[in-house]
Amino acid sequence: MNKLLQLLSTNSQFSTAELSAMLGEPEDYIKAQIKEYEMKGVIKGYQAVVDWEDIDDSHVEAMIELKVSPKRETGFDDMAQMCMAFDEVESVYLMAGVYDFLLIVKGESMQDIAMFVAKKLSTIDGVISTGTHFILRRYKDRGMNLFEPDKQADERSLIL
Amino acid sequence: MDYKKYLNESIQSVSPSGIRKFFDIANEMDDVISLSIGEPDFQTPWHIRDEGIHSLIKGKTWYSPNRGFADLLKEVTRYYERRFNLTYSPTEQTLVTVGGSEAIDLAFRVLIQPGDEVIIPQPSFVCYEPLAVMAGGVPVIINTKNEDNFRLKADDLRAAITPKTKLLVLPFPNNPTGAIMERRDLEEIAKVVKEHELLVLSDEIYSELTYGGRNHVSIASIDGMYERTVVINGFSKSYAMTGWRLGYALGPAPIIEQMTKLHQYGIMSAPTTAQYAAIEALKHGDRDVKRMRDEYDMRRRLVVDGFNDMGLSCFEPLGAFYVFPCIKSTGLGSEEFCTRLIMEKHVAVVPGTAFGECGDGFVRVSYSYSLKHLKIALERIREFVKELKDENNG
Repeated sequence: MNKLLQLLSTNSQFSTAELSAMLGEPEDYIKAQIKEYEMKGVIKGYQAVVDWEDIDDSHVEAMIELKVSPKRETGFDDMAQMCMAFDEVESVYLMAGVYDFLLIVKGESMQDIAMFVAKKLSTIDGVISTGTHFILRRYKDRGMNLFEPDKQADERSLIL
Repeated sequence: MDYKKYLNESIQSVSPSGIRKFFDIANEMDDVISLSIGEPDFQTPWHIRDEGIHSLIKGKTWYSPNRGFADLLKEVTRYYERRFNLTYSPTEQTLVTVGGSEAIDLAFRVLIQPGDEVIIPQPSFVCYEPLAVMAGGVPVIINTKNEDNFRLKADDLRAAITPKTKLLVLPFPNNPTGAIMERRDLEEIAKVVKEHELLVLSDEIYSELTYGGRNHVSIASIDGMYERTVVINGFSKSYAMTGWRLGYALGPAPIIEQMTKLHQYGIMSAPTTAQYAAIEALKHGDRDVKRMRDEYDMRRRLVVDGFNDMGLSCFEPLGAFYVFPCIKSTGLGSEEFCTRLIMEKHVAVVPGTAFGECGDGFVRVSYSYSLKHLKIALERIREFVKELKDENNG
């Protein structure tokens, strides 16, 4: 795997000097690489992984399964685009398995999301059925432990 | 009651390890950033832990055979063949022990006769000297040097040999310096060893942690050295399995036979659960080893770069997970540097003197910590060094 991208994907806040030291490449090269990845869209952006539960009670997320009938000309793409257009929709994935799309949807309350699914999603032409799963708690997100991040105290002791 | 007269004199003469002192100070403070620990920060990979757990679920709670389970012995020899091109018999030349340390102790005790000299290059792991003494041997210390990248030189070895010399300890990749020995270095050493008909105890516990595309070379694979070498290795560092307490020895059958006898009477057998986990480690753990090595390598580069940048010259260590920067430019000795660093900046590192007198002027810094942790620690050390410099100039 590309080590530069791997490092940035775990922590985008490394300085180019640190990246250069860790990877044993000149700093200019690292800067140029990052720029190229950004230009080509390999790096799509930089975001903080936020534990919303910590600061914001009025924040609910749900995974929504969608069964649809694909269109003759455009397959699933049209449907995906329709879903993507909603601000409430965070992510859209085409899936293999018993349903077609998986959507991650954000809202202020369960009611909020339920209304969004009932009124906006299920009424799109071609949607056969929906299934809504609310996220109750995040234990691990994007490789990070949200369960007890502070509890990773060093339990090692010096024995010799 | 005066217990001194009851206690064994040679054991009383051995002093306790010097690394502890700073750790004890560190434990008293609140926000200490430690860079003093000599074990992996990774947890044992899950599939390995799972096999250990599974063996317990199945009720595998009995002793293992004295030498270790046949499957594990077979996997150990397969591993040495595949990684280091060395062939050993699993039934006659292999012994599973409680960590590499037990294997070192056994080898000393079966090889050393009272008065035999044991050559120990330093700086090195703190156990060789006391264990050699307790086995009745006389340690002869060779000081490896910064300008040689802390490798053992054939001339220094030759100069240390007397008619009483029996055994050379070869601790590479090295704790605390991070030095390695490459094939050409080992060939020079091998010549001297053969010329003087010595034996070698090759402690290869860090053999999976070498960097810069240099694979570990075992001295046993050098021409004529196979029959003169006892290889020590284990699972602690390569698979992050320190707490499982599992190591092994490989070597000539007559030596392993005597070690097995001693192990049989003193220990009986290595932990059963750990052996089941270790079989899984050797069968399916190559990817984990690589993942951890790659991660250590990045930290190593960051830390070496950091020390050189703050003016503490640091040779590039190519093995283990330690850097050994020279702190002479600060005007402080190792102990004083470490004491002040922990008092003033709450960062714990180990003075080089803990690993031999020749370690004075150096400190051991472990990079077996997360990148985040290392960055904070380096920042604090940088401040400390700058303040020392201002102090010296003012």
